[in-house]
Amino acid sequence: MIAADLAIMIPEIILAIFAMAGLLMAVYTTKDGMAPALTFGTAIVLVIVAFYIGVTGEGTRIAFDGMFVDDAFARFAKVTILLSAAAVLVVGQDYMQKNNLLRFEYPMLVVLAVIGMMVMVSAGDLIALYMGLELQSLALYVVAALRRDSVKSTEAGLKYFVLGALSSGLLLYGASLVYGFAGTTGFAGIIDATAGGDVSIGLLLGLVFVTAGLAFKVSAAPFHMWTPDVYEGAPTAITALFATAPKVAAMALFARVVHDAFGNAVGDWQQIVAFLAVFSMFLGSIAAIGQTDIKRLMAYSSIAHMGFALMGLASGTAQGVEAMLIYMAIYVTMNIGAFAFIMTMEKDGRHITTISSLASFSSRQPAKAMALLLLMFSLAGVPPLLGFFGKYAVLWAAIEADMIWLAVAGVIASVIGAYYYLRIVYLMYFGEDREGLDGRMTLAPFVALMAAAIIMLAGIVNLFGIEGLAEAAAQTLVN
Amino acid sequence: MDNLLSIVTFLPLVAAVIMAVFLRGNDAAARLNAKRLALAATSATFLISLLILVEFDASNTGFQLVEEAPWIFGLTYKVGVDGISVLFVLLTTFLMPITIAACWNVDHRIKDYMIAMLVLETLMIGVFVALDLVLFYLFFEAGLIPMFLIIGIWGGKDRIYAAFKFFLYTFLGSVLMLVAMITMYVDAGTTDIPSLLVHQFSSGTISLFGWQIVGGLQTLMWLAFFASFAVKMPMWPVHTWLPDAHVQAPTAGSVVLAAILLKMGGYGFLRFSLPMFPVASDIMAPLVLWLSVIAIIYTSLVAMVQEDMKKLIAYSSVAHMGFVTMGIFAANQNGLDGAIFQMISHGFISGALFLCVGVIYDRMHTREIDAYGGLVNRMPAYALVFMLFTMANVGLPGTSGFVGEFLTLMGVFQVNTWIGLLATTGVILSASYALWLYRRVVFGDLIKESLKSITDMTTRERAIFAPLIVMTLLLGVYPSLVTDIIGPSVEALLLQYDTALAEYVPDTHVAASH
Repeated sequence: MIAADLAIMIPEIILAIFAMAGLLMAVYTTKDGMAPALTFGTAIVLVIVAFYIGVTGEGTRIAFDGMFVDDAFARFAKVTILLSAAAVLVVGQDYMQKNNLLRFEYPMLVVLAVIGMMVMVSAGDLIALYMGLELQSLALYVVAALRRDSVKSTEAGLKYFVLGALSSGLLLYGASLVYGFAGTTGFAGIIDATAGGDVSIGLLLGLVFVTAGLAFKVSAAPFHMWTPDVYEGAPTAITALFATAPKVAAMALFARVVHDAFGNAVGDWQQIVAFLAVFSMFLGSIAAIGQTDIKRLMAYSSIAHMGFALMGLASGTAQGVEAMLIYMAIYVTMNIGAFAFIMTMEKDGRHITTISSLASFSSRQPAKAMALLLLMFSLAGVPPLLGFFGKYAVLWAAIEADMIWLAVAGVIASVIGAYYYLRIVYLMYFGEDREGLDGRMTLAPFVALMAAAIIMLAGIVNLFGIEGLAEAAAQTLVN
Repeated sequence: MDNLLSIVTFLPLVAAVIMAVFLRGNDAAARLNAKRLALAATSATFLISLLILVEFDASNTGFQLVEEAPWIFGLTYKVGVDGISVLFVLLTTFLMPITIAACWNVDHRIKDYMIAMLVLETLMIGVFVALDLVLFYLFFEAGLIPMFLIIGIWGGKDRIYAAFKFFLYTFLGSVLMLVAMITMYVDAGTTDIPSLLVHQFSSGTISLFGWQIVGGLQTLMWLAFFASFAVKMPMWPVHTWLPDAHVQAPTAGSVVLAAILLKMGGYGFLRFSLPMFPVASDIMAPLVLWLSVIAIIYTSLVAMVQEDMKKLIAYSSVAHMGFVTMGIFAANQNGLDGAIFQMISHGFISGALFLCVGVIYDRMHTREIDAYGGLVNRMPAYALVFMLFTMANVGLPGTSGFVGEFLTLMGVFQVNTWIGLLATTGVILSASYALWLYRRVVFGDLIKESLKSITDMTTRERAIFAPLIVMTLLLGVYPSLVTDIIGPSVEALLLQYDTALAEYVPDTHVAASH
């Protein structure tokens, strides 16, 4: 039956073959000379695979005795991951080229990371989960340190690696406990072992460790410490990658584990996730206020946003998962737009990321400033922009699940968070006229920025139909 | 016209988009075109909005001109007007062309300014026509973005502080309302405002953290809505953002803020708090009444000692809004009629007063009261106009200001004599600060060197004030124009309110069991 199993994994296999072929081809030909073409080609392949998954996938199919699951939930997450990774590759290409970082390994490493993410969201077993997670992480560690001659970049890579390894260790330890007490690593077996909500103390400990490991990956507070440093140190195009696809994958994996494996113990993990959500929302919002570097600011912003996404998960319902998926899709779009801008922040030909360099940006570049303004208000969750509807969805899920206190905490955090997004708007629009950014945007980042801003406005008409897809995805996960 | 309300709502937005996309350049011609386009769009909106009045049937107390379309998350795009909201729509469309004309002299980033104003108009009209909770919230909150920019970009010296304070203050007030709205959705299963108006939210006493909450869910939600509307209104003691925002905002921003944005709070009380949470409103009414009285007296006293004209008028606005909240929570026909009337009339009067300040600010670039004096010698027409609106602000019979104050006082007198008595002193206090301001600015000898060459109002300025003068006097002598339209809807609202209260039996069951 191996053929049938492999057929279910076709997208991952195609990508793996593509990655290996790409590596070989580059090594035997012009090496870095073909990096631009390879990057662009990779993006196209990712989009095609996303399209293939979106169009052909149907129903729930299980491969390798439950190790690998292909269902509507996984497909929703995979399409989001593939499209965002493709967008980051295209948008970041000019940045990488300009900074002499466009090596042929870069797109290939991204593809490998993406394969890892796809395995993560399809994992039906703790071992498969770990395999996907490590494939993703290892590829990303290398990418973070891609700028070998920069202390900050290598520091970021090392930090990411050490803390990532720690979190993997935690997760693995939890997984071993779960295996010991449930007698299986398969999610289907674990959920049977907890039938009737009867969770042994060992399983509970395992659950806590697994959750902590996952919280590291989504950079939820209090496991967020690596995020600002890695975001700041990594080359900006790579930061854009970190902020998008891996977050979706980790969040989807989180949902997969708590619902597929521990769906009978909702009450046990709900409190943990709610705590992570509240802590992340407040820490992200408060700590961002003092930042002077826009990449660090975006790091804290992403921590706060993960808090909101976790709020959806904390409600423990299908509606909550739906809200989380919608939230993540909107979050990714906003971040691609924002990072497309951050990548092109330049003064006198040098890339700078200080927030103060945005001063009076609107008088020089009104269109871009307007787009960034929309993104910032959207990130702050101010209606009528799409970011508000993401928040609305998770708040709705939390209140529907009778967690009004969580919703109240969330909205208060969002007010605190609004301050630093407003500060960027303030600098761009009200700041006194001063020397600031003077770089020009190339086509791809410009299009990404504008498209993201327009999506924030136009999406309120019908969310581009993702509501129905997210709902179907959530239904298959939670039943 | 099946889509009349949508057309009125989104026409300014369409104009804003056209301006943003097609209007290029920053030369004098482009700037003039931006102003002309904005004026044309707002005027057209006003003319079309008159059709609403034509089609509106005042004897029908339900929602009219309703449009409905499905939207995301099970929400609906639903708009409509009833007797309570229709006049606010017209107030907005009426004032916007005037506001645009008032900033004819602005040249700093005029295109952006006009776009912000047009977007703001759409959002303000949207608030008054929305018949879906989340749609209402969307318009209600979105208005913060253009207003933040208007204060921050075109405001005065401390505009940044004021813009942040304005935004965060009102944002914090509103997000709690959002939580309450979602709770209502979960409880009632709909976000449709007409359905929610007849839905009975539970009012049984509940226990929260050991506290007995009389009125239960209704009280909690009432408080969440109150947090938002009280800040927007603004009520004492959460009014402190208003003077800052007003002083720093440009003239047109102040006019919009005072004349229209503040009315959203009062409208919210009328649309949500009173009919949807009648029990809670009844429980909380004494609190609101006392806060209103404090606002009336305290802010009037504060107004008296102001040295900045705009700040004085801003505090006077807070005092006048005190009459509005007092009228609303008196919860009788006189009080509600008076409150709505006061809001409409305050829209004209406060708008005009800020324009009056704008006229001399444009010439002298200061709002210090001390910098003026004796203006009547060189600006007789201005002195006349300013006098008229000062008197209207004081509530002189014959102006619209009188009707609103009188009706609310009459309403509250029936509920609580003491509050009525104390609030009446506010009328006297308003006379003292308003007349004193007038005396210091307009009368006396023209001794200041800088004022010797000041010129009287231009034709454009006179034209701006003309419609406001007409409306102030017209409503002053013929208030039925307004009360005939709002009367039936208010009556229906009160009938429902009183029925709900009559059915409510305060249960002491929970309290007894503890």
